[in-house]
Amino acid sequence: MKAITKQKTPAEIEKLLEKDLKVFLVGCGTCATMCRTGGKDEVLDMARKLADLGKTVTGSVVIPTVCDALDQQALAENAKAIEEADCILVMACAFGVQMMALYTDKPVYPVLDTLFMGQEMSPGVFSEVCVQCGECVLAWTGGICPLTACPKGLLNGACGGAKSGKCEVSAAKDCAWEIIYERLRQQGRLDNLKKRRLPRNFAAGLKPGTYLVE
Amino acid sequence: MNLREKLASGKFVVTCEVGPPKGVDVSDMQRSADGVRGKVDAVNITDQQSSVMRLGSLASCVLLKQWGFEPVFQVTCRDRNRIALQSDLLSAYVLGIENVLCLTGDYVTLGDHPEAKPVFDLDSVSLIDAARELEKGRDLAGKKLKGSPTFFLGACVSPEADLLDPQIIKMEKKVEAGAQFFQTQAVFDARRFADFISMVRHLNVPILAGVVVLRSAAMSRYMNEKAAGIRVPQGLIDEMDKAEDKSAKGVEIAVRTIAEVKGLCQGVHIMTIGMEKRISDIIDAAGL
Repeated sequence: MKAITKQKTPAEIEKLLEKDLKVFLVGCGTCATMCRTGGKDEVLDMARKLADLGKTVTGSVVIPTVCDALDQQALAENAKAIEEADCILVMACAFGVQMMALYTDKPVYPVLDTLFMGQEMSPGVFSEVCVQCGECVLAWTGGICPLTACPKGLLNGACGGAKSGKCEVSAAKDCAWEIIYERLRQQGRLDNLKKRRLPRNFAAGLKPGTYLVE
Repeated sequence: MNLREKLASGKFVVTCEVGPPKGVDVSDMQRSADGVRGKVDAVNITDQQSSVMRLGSLASCVLLKQWGFEPVFQVTCRDRNRIALQSDLLSAYVLGIENVLCLTGDYVTLGDHPEAKPVFDLDSVSLIDAARELEKGRDLAGKKLKGSPTFFLGACVSPEADLLDPQIIKMEKKVEAGAQFFQTQAVFDARRFADFISMVRHLNVPILAGVVVLRSAAMSRYMNEKAAGIRVPQGLIDEMDKAEDKSAKGVEIAVRTIAEVKGLCQGVHIMTIGMEKRISDIIDAAGL
């Protein structure tokens, strides 16, 4: 699973930097690179855009994984450029932004919006795969997650809103429950759909999630 | 006799639906209801239909009751979590409303507040479960109630859905949970409806066939393209296309559909989508 991100609009980024002139840029070599939102190319591109806006880019670095303890080292190596900057623009997922905020006293701004935990299904096409509900149901749903793939996160089957197999929310999206039905039918496991399912236990995914290995 | 007693007695019942206003001027809603006074057995009040924010279903049900109608409180799972839903069920009961139609609800982005938080804590099946638990004197958390309500619980099914089998599986679960009657999505093809009825006869639950009054060929085509579970046959679209008086033709088709399904089910649920004035014509012409 990767953190799937998209870049904020140029207007939003300009607004973030309203009070700042000098900027240090941080990209990420993992998820943001895969999403083409914060890899080497995007960081260079952002540096050009910021120059066009009249900002000074004091330096930049693409850290292999921003959500990693290596950040401290990367920041130390760029200490001078960071010291010169008014702020740090982070082109990584929200976790990367939070890690940066841990290690520096400079204001840290996200350039990306973190959308979901997902995978690249085909080049440039990303899909959410898990909503981290805390009580996995995949055993009886044919390996397809209704909490993720059904916008309503229903547990007792299709809502009746699908048209020609497409979800009422978007004609570009297949009805998750029709796919689950088909999969279970092929497996001879339709009994799974006949059981009444209890409402989801939201306490299992209490925010913020914390877990202690016993 | 109320809706529950009429269905138990074998009377062919007629229900229709009225949508609360967007705002507090209830005069149109009252006019719509007055138009069917004495003609229908119960009036469904939609719950923020199509995810458009309006006057509430429960308040409207109370008004309908004050105006002398028997309301069916439509409840969706879109806007309230299990705490609010159970509480609203209790509220409905103390306000004298026992008929509840339990629905999942349209998704939030279909309506006029697309940025709102979608809830769907319960679904149409677990909502029926919740109502039944309340009747047993406890809530979904197993806590005891001081005084328990009784409900006449309805649910929905789409007899003309593309995939009927999963519809029926879910319908079975609704009956198992405690659904006592069904109001269906629009029926246009009596033969398909007969097939559906034969597949669910074992459930032994009253079914009110949904009748949607067509307004034009364009509306029919639009429903075929967009509306879930609705399938207007080409023949009917052609009829609407050729008709000079579209309104009269829409009524004629509805009356014909009612005649065709009458022997197969226990009632009809007439949905006019903004043409409540036609309901009375349909009921008179259908001889209900």
